[in-house]
Amino acid sequence: MNVLSASHINKYFFEPEKFQVLQDVNFEVKKGEFLSIIGKSGCGKSTLLYILSTMDTDYEGTLEVNGQRLTGLPQDTLAAFRNEHLGFVFQFHFLLPEFTVLQNVMLPALKLGKYSNKEIEERAYEKLRLVNMVEHTRKQSSKLSGGQQQRVAIARALINDPTIIMGDEPTGNLDKANSGLVFDIFRQISHENGQTIITVTHDPDFANGSDRIIEMSDGRIIRH
Amino acid sequence: MNLKLSFQIAQTHLLAKKRQTLVAMLGVTFGIAMFIVMISFMQGVNQFLEDSALDASPHVRIYNEVNTQRPSILDQNRSSDSSVNVVYHQKPKQQLPRIKNGLQMVRLIEKMKGVLGVSPEVSSQAFFNNGPIQISGSMAGIDYPRENRLYNLDSRIKSGSFQALLTNPKGIVVGANLAKKLNVNVGDKVSVTTPMGGNLTLRVVGIFGFGIGTIDNIRCYTSISTVQEILGKDASYLTDIHIKMTDPLLALDFGQTLQKQFGIHTEDWGTANQAILAGKKIRNVMTFVISITLLVVAGFGIYNIMNMNVINKLKDIAILKATGFGSSDVVSVFLLQAIIIGVLGGVLGLLIGFGISYALSITPFDAGDMLSLKTFPVIFKTEYYLMGLTFGVITTILAGYFPSRKAAKIDPVAILRG
Repeated sequence: MNVLSASHINKYFFEPEKFQVLQDVNFEVKKGEFLSIIGKSGCGKSTLLYILSTMDTDYEGTLEVNGQRLTGLPQDTLAAFRNEHLGFVFQFHFLLPEFTVLQNVMLPALKLGKYSNKEIEERAYEKLRLVNMVEHTRKQSSKLSGGQQQRVAIARALINDPTIIMGDEPTGNLDKANSGLVFDIFRQISHENGQTIITVTHDPDFANGSDRIIEMSDGRIIRH
Repeated sequence: MNLKLSFQIAQTHLLAKKRQTLVAMLGVTFGIAMFIVMISFMQGVNQFLEDSALDASPHVRIYNEVNTQRPSILDQNRSSDSSVNVVYHQKPKQQLPRIKNGLQMVRLIEKMKGVLGVSPEVSSQAFFNNGPIQISGSMAGIDYPRENRLYNLDSRIKSGSFQALLTNPKGIVVGANLAKKLNVNVGDKVSVTTPMGGNLTLRVVGIFGFGIGTIDNIRCYTSISTVQEILGKDASYLTDIHIKMTDPLLALDFGQTLQKQFGIHTEDWGTANQAILAGKKIRNVMTFVISITLLVVAGFGIYNIMNMNVINKLKDIAILKATGFGSSDVVSVFLLQAIIIGVLGGVLGLLIGFGISYALSITPFDAGDMLSLKTFPVIFKTEYYLMGLTFGVITTILAGYFPSRKAAKIDPVAILRG
């Protein structure tokens, strides 16, 4: 079953001059798949990921997630869709520094408003236990190390049980040990929970460990 | 949009930067406190000036306007467009400032609705002689109990009493400055001459002061019959009728009504005190201009701080958007911060403004013994406080809205990609 399909994606940059970053990109992702997108810097893999993430809406072609066509929808509808169906893990951790670990994890769920505050807190504990960060819940997120922050970010991405979790070089800023931890968590999520993972990565070990690799070069998919 | 969640985020942001929040708040506090002090004090001054003018002058004055201009008999009988009448040196007609049927009119008006009191007067110009010195002034013959009800004369007395006018038909109460010029005190005699030549020697039974130079310099009071005697007129001779209303604002229309009903000349306090009313308007404009300037300055302070806040929080905004917060959520997070700053700062400003106004209202102020002013005049009115808070909150909302809009328009991709 396909959870994501991108067809005929074209994308241009206009600054400093017109330049085609993505050229007719077509691919599908199945449910529960652990997918890595690799390629050299500037090949367009991050650009592709942000189009898949629905945050970048300036492209040609169509994007379908969960059988729903997302191309052309207004920003606020897309935001609500991201909230429910997509989770993100970025290279630079990106937690809200003023909030505690627990609050950071809870925020997207509070926004979704599907569960009561108490349930959300319980779920947040559960996700933090999964990433082995449960003993730090009351800490201010800015007080954590990089590897710990990344694990909290993963817990936050998981809080609404999204269909797809996207990672933009999630291990790019981590040492070997922490990279291994993050990889194991991703693997566990995809294999045990059946959630789909799409990551852009430079890390060959990480990519080789995943189910499927898409390699890009100069805005095209050259191997998948 | 989840307001409670936005409020939580806004609160966390504000508490994380307590110093910055406080500085933004104090801007509003200062602006609103000054607004309250300015408006309370200025309105107090207005009220004081209006009161002191109204206290000493009637709301409506009925008098007979003496005018030497009159059309010639020739004009009245033979006027046409094709010819011009020329009459040289027409003499003015003998004309008295008498109000016809004055006493009956007093009785009628007294019964009318909205009238607080009516006082008949006989007034005349007068020269006060003390030895070889002549000083001009004016003399008002009054019915003491009625006049007292209108102007609270008893409270104006400096020495002696007005009551003595009732028992002493040759008594006179003199304005404080006039008494000083004449060098007389209670018990001394004063010789009064009218322009028509009548002369009478009166005894000073009291000295009064209104605190208004133009009155205290020239005015003296005596009984109606005394003035009628000097002028050589009968007991029905009246020149002025003073009327006070329960509400001064009613006087403007009431004067017009009387004018039509009795065919007489009336003058209301608004016309008589135009300078004071104009001054009031000017001070009101000034107060509002300064107050609004203060609030606008406070608004710019908030605008700057909120702008900085948004720039510092670019990353956070991108994360919020990535995790599913819409533009309206982002706007409400930042707008709520501005509103919290505005409301807290505003309430604090009201308290401080009240404190300063109160301190001002009990500060002794020496205005000279003529004025009945012991402390600075300050008015406390709920509506000023409501107005201050409303203006303050509106300013902060406006100042917070534009940075919030900017925050909502941020493209998360540009920030997350670094």
